[in-house]
Amino acid sequence: MSLAHRIIPCLDTDGERVVKGVNFVNLRDAGDPAALAARYNIEGADELVVLDIAASRDHRPTFLETIRRVAAELAIPLAAGGGVANVDEGRAILRAGADKLTVNTAAIRNPALLTALAAEFGSQAVVLAIDAKRVGDRWEAFVRGGSVPTGMDAVAWARQGVDCGAGEILITSMDKDGTRSGFDCPLTAAISRAVSVPVIASGGADTPDTFLEVFREGCADAALAASIFHDSIQGLGELKRYLSEQGVSVRQTG
Amino acid sequence: MNIALVEYGAGNLPSVERALGRLGVESRRAATPHALAGCDALILPGVGHFGALMRSLGERSLVNPLREAVSRGMPLLGICLGLQAMFAASDEAPGDAGLALFPQKVSALPPADRLPHMGWNQLRRARPSKLLEGVPQDAYFYFAHSYAALDAGEAGVAFCDHCEPFVAILEQGNVFATQFHPEKSGPAGAQILSNFLRHAKDKG
Repeated sequence: MSLAHRIIPCLDTDGERVVKGVNFVNLRDAGDPAALAARYNIEGADELVVLDIAASRDHRPTFLETIRRVAAELAIPLAAGGGVANVDEGRAILRAGADKLTVNTAAIRNPALLTALAAEFGSQAVVLAIDAKRVGDRWEAFVRGGSVPTGMDAVAWARQGVDCGAGEILITSMDKDGTRSGFDCPLTAAISRAVSVPVIASGGADTPDTFLEVFREGCADAALAASIFHDSIQGLGELKRYLSEQGVSVRQTG
Repeated sequence: MNIALVEYGAGNLPSVERALGRLGVESRRAATPHALAGCDALILPGVGHFGALMRSLGERSLVNPLREAVSRGMPLLGICLGLQAMFAASDEAPGDAGLALFPQKVSALPPADRLPHMGWNQLRRARPSKLLEGVPQDAYFYFAHSYAALDAGEAGVAFCDHCEPFVAILEQGNVFATQFHPEKSGPAGAQILSNFLRHAKDKG
């Protein structure tokens, strides 16, 4: 008996539709978020993440409606975020049906946001998302969808974020994102060693072996992926059967 | 059957309402002593902070009505923080009294494993459980917490091991509670809710 490693499909949305593309370039429609959510709920996803990658204030009501539609399809936890900059915006997302908030850019600008969110909703509801890129012999945190460097060391930022109140780290490797060449295990392991909270690895998902690697070598507690699930390149049930056969604890759903 | 969710300002009632809805059960929200009294069974969902929950129940004058409803035999299901609120006190809010349906206290889990305990875990069954009827032995349930009751005497019917063994399900007469979130635990969680509703109906 032990905590299962989680497999988490991620829906990047423009607020309303699931979109695909790398760094906001060549975005194309990848479906209705509620329809995908319903599918993943049945296929055995352990959790779902829904992000508003446009995160424009004008679209916020649309994104909240998307969260409501997605949450209505789920009997599993839902994390949502994109542009959350204060407690009220966080509350609106939780009230719409999310169980956790992901925060990124606003937390780097103002780490006290993590403390305020944790005080209001509990650390278990605060996921710090970090976009990191290899720079020399370390990883640097980037913001604004990976377009703006911060000069901050990603591992040190993860540690500080947890001290401020984050209850979970979602680490995305910008070097691996969209490449389907496997997760960044050294980055994930460095984050995982640095913090005491659960770590979700993101970026580079491909074959079942890449998930096995990030759980074993990257010491990840959960792994997140988008297009391999949206495009049915990888089935959730098949992936979990493989991981279970390899001795990784996963929740099997029949 | 008239099911009421105790509304105290926090907590994520919609996900519990949706889970009940999938079982074909309509529920309503009860935020006043009067509303608590007029139902067949109560659910106390919980997310957040032990002290904030108890203060919020206090501000709405719900503490004694809840205790009285339970002592009259009203079926009650506590979820997550709703389980913790049934104890006398918690490390999370020293000085704030709980509902004290159980005399023990809620403890901070020691940092032996990653905290919060977040994700899907299995249960170790200690005593016969009504909530677990028909639930496969190896079923997983979704947890998200850093505090837990380590002991509930004979009421502790199932345990989970993370950092150290803690009470995952407690049952005593008309009182039921889960440290995990049945409303977010897929088909196994739906079975738990369904079992609670069935036993609540039998008592009513």
